[in-house]
Amino acid sequence: MANAGFNVRKQTGFTTVAALCFALLYLPILLLVIFSFNAGESIAVWEGFSWRWYVSAWANEKVQDATILSLIIAASASLVATSAAVLAALATTRVKPWKGQTIAFALVNQPLMVPEIVTAVALLIFFAMIKVATGYTGIGYLIVAHSAFCIPFAYMPIRARLQGMDMNLEQAGADLYGTPVKVFCHITLPQLWPGILAGSMLAFVISLDDVVITEFVKSAGQDTLPTYMLGQLRRVISPEINAISTALLAVSVVMVTAFFFLNRTRK
Amino acid sequence: MIEINGVTKIFGGGSDAFTALDNLSVTIDSNEFFTLLGPSGCGKTTLLRVIAGFIDPTQGTVQLDGENLVEQPPYKRPVNTVFQSYALFPHLTVAQNIAFGLQMLGRPKSEISSTVDEMLTLVQMAPMADRKTSEISGGQQQRVALARALAPRPKVLLLDEPLSALDFKLRKEMQLELKRLQHETGITFIFVTHDQEEALTMSDRIAVMNAGTIRQIGGPRDIYDHPAERFVADFIGDTNFIEVELVNTSADTARIRLISGKEIDARANPDGPKAGSKVTLAVRPEHATLVDEGEALLPGTLSDVVYFGTDTHYHVALDGGGGDFVVRRQNQPDMAQSRQTGARVGVTFPANVGQVLRD
Amino acid sequence: MNAAAALRARNERRTRFLLLTPAMVLLLFAASGPLVIVLIYSFLTPGSYGGVEWNFSVQAWFNVVAKIDFFTDELTFADAHLSVFWRSFKLSVFTAILTFVFGFPTAYFIATRPKRSRDMWMLLIMIPFWTNLLIRTFAIMELIRNEGTVNTILMGVGIIDQPIQMLFTEFAVLIGMTYVYLPLMILPIYASMERFDFNLVEAGYDLYATRFQVLRRVIFPLVKPGVVAGSILVFVPCLGAYVIPRVLGGGKQLMLGNLIELQFGQLRNWPLGAALSLTLLAVVMIALIFYVRAVGQEESPHG
Repeated sequence: MANAGFNVRKQTGFTTVAALCFALLYLPILLLVIFSFNAGESIAVWEGFSWRWYVSAWANEKVQDATILSLIIAASASLVATSAAVLAALATTRVKPWKGQTIAFALVNQPLMVPEIVTAVALLIFFAMIKVATGYTGIGYLIVAHSAFCIPFAYMPIRARLQGMDMNLEQAGADLYGTPVKVFCHITLPQLWPGILAGSMLAFVISLDDVVITEFVKSAGQDTLPTYMLGQLRRVISPEINAISTALLAVSVVMVTAFFFLNRTRK
Repeated sequence: MIEINGVTKIFGGGSDAFTALDNLSVTIDSNEFFTLLGPSGCGKTTLLRVIAGFIDPTQGTVQLDGENLVEQPPYKRPVNTVFQSYALFPHLTVAQNIAFGLQMLGRPKSEISSTVDEMLTLVQMAPMADRKTSEISGGQQQRVALARALAPRPKVLLLDEPLSALDFKLRKEMQLELKRLQHETGITFIFVTHDQEEALTMSDRIAVMNAGTIRQIGGPRDIYDHPAERFVADFIGDTNFIEVELVNTSADTARIRLISGKEIDARANPDGPKAGSKVTLAVRPEHATLVDEGEALLPGTLSDVVYFGTDTHYHVALDGGGGDFVVRRQNQPDMAQSRQTGARVGVTFPANVGQVLRD
Repeated sequence: MNAAAALRARNERRTRFLLLTPAMVLLLFAASGPLVIVLIYSFLTPGSYGGVEWNFSVQAWFNVVAKIDFFTDELTFADAHLSVFWRSFKLSVFTAILTFVFGFPTAYFIATRPKRSRDMWMLLIMIPFWTNLLIRTFAIMELIRNEGTVNTILMGVGIIDQPIQMLFTEFAVLIGMTYVYLPLMILPIYASMERFDFNLVEAGYDLYATRFQVLRRVIFPLVKPGVVAGSILVFVPCLGAYVIPRVLGGGKQLMLGNLIELQFGQLRNWPLGAALSLTLLAVVMIALIFYVRAVGQEESPHG
């Protein structure tokens, strides 16, 4: 149609601002990625394509150690947080309303509300006491801390999924002679899977990306990729940092996109 | 046989307490098509869920063939439900849905597959056995839900407004289908609905419920022709209510005096009101006829004529402040409308057609 | 209640308790519980090499806003702290305003797309948000540093001879926070706009409103709860920001988060750090109460 008539949805300039907004959101990240492939040492002047910064980052022993530690912590925290979140989500959606439900809910979401720096400081103090008392300085503290703040991120998609599920299905299961355990295994769990997968991926990404709490909780020599990168800030920045960033970005983007599509298949 | 004894269910507590079922007792026979009929919020679904085991009664017992069901969790009760939303498992196929109950009961594989085949045939869904439940139509989902609940051969089948999501034609079809299935399987059906027509066409007996209590139990004809009280008469079908005076009563009939002074016999409950008192008489619009003023039991003025397609409603303003009385007449082809609004007319009805209500 | 039902109710309570235990234990141990210790520490005196001495004192709380001159015993405001508070507050408010300026039209743009593609546009907004905050901060740093992209281009074109100093200024922190927290503004505004009934806009035009009047008098009032929610969602993390001011402010443009860190690092005053943390927490909690109100308002039906 040539004449679309009066467009009630149009607001002058809004589309321009939105376009600008999308451009500005992606431009810095895009430049960061592009210059990770720069043959030269500049992060502003393009000198040709090269993999050299990826090679040098991978050859760097500290980067290797940090990568391994990051993955161990993220995997453990994601596993622990997701397991705890599944159970907690069942306890807050599959029962009659009860006294204390609000408190339990607030507690689960607490890591989202309290500023990270405050939690970091609290953990610094608390774990310092335990370190003195027990002498243990391993990565257990990091795993516990990460597991705790990952809980709400794992909890949210799982709870949403449980709430979106037809309560009648479980009743139908019970009506058809399924004991509570059988109903959970045969009916609840198969439908909950996408939520669990989404929650664990979100927890993994959140753990992988954490800087502040890790920075305060870690003992000497326990650098994750983000804290290692933060430590490199004081020196001259080379595209090696861009290369590490790009790798981390790739992991996040893949996981977040997968999370999005998992959550979308809900309906 | 299901015996429900003094079942009370109170939701919440304190000032928010809501009594959904109020000391309700009823006995439902084996092989009966029993319907719980009432407006939303009357407690009919609550009662169904008490029988199924999803709601614990505050008080009272539910006995199935002498065994107390209340002590048992839902998964041990030989009772199956057809849910209003069907509640078909979306991750399973049609056949897997039907097999579910038998699998939970740990039946041997051969028995499961033969029963599933039998059920698929029974509800005419055999060609769809391997479809996902999201890939079939609403009417087909309805059939699968029915087959799934029938497959374990429960002693009682509970149906929670199962036809409400279907369109008019399909609903009519399924009403007959359900009746057929009940005959063929010989299973007791307890059917919940708010649709009076559905209840009247399908049931052996109907319990009309209101505010957590059963107001009347009886066969469809009984309930329709002889409502015991104003609520029942009002809820089922259209009714004219007129104030009359009771002259005398004997067994289940009564002599009444109309506002016009004329007397006629009407049906009444044996335990109804005493002679001399003012009572309400219920007369169905199709049981009355529009006549000339002279021959009328109740004279009045024709105030409105409303055309409904199958029939026409004549509204008569009764003399002496008797209110609006509706007479329904079935339309015939090319029937000319014989009376004009404003004309002097009258209403009459045969003896023993009106029902004296116990209000 | 009969015996069977009572037993079932008791079983349900027990199951519920067991289900909640792992999450609650973890959170009490590594999130909520330690906050109590922070509270205790804020009433102790600092140890010489970090840590605390176990003497009760309100000195730390006092020091949050005031100080006593070492030589004259004169009571004055702790100017250094107050300027950090003021900068934190100012930058957080400016960030909320800037994200609104960019976020509102963007949310509107997405909400007016066809239903099928809206999710994809929101995904484009959310991808940067869920990627590493440090990396996004780095990306901004590389853009605005002296030898960074912006200065290189400007000098290459010949507009300037000398690089403009943008990094390590308040401006840099503001840009960084706006960039990082923009999605938090767009999300709630979009959520309320998505439910917005565009028939109301037609009704507005029908009743002689201009485009701007429709925006101001019809659309904005109805999505206002989303705007309030977005502003608070942006304001709260800005107030406690640590990484962004550290990287882009370069230790000069301290914000509250950096001030707290300093007490646990170089300055070795843990009680003061604890008191400052709890001050931050209190302000954030007050902001969140307003947030809950805004969201509650949002959920009541409109239109």
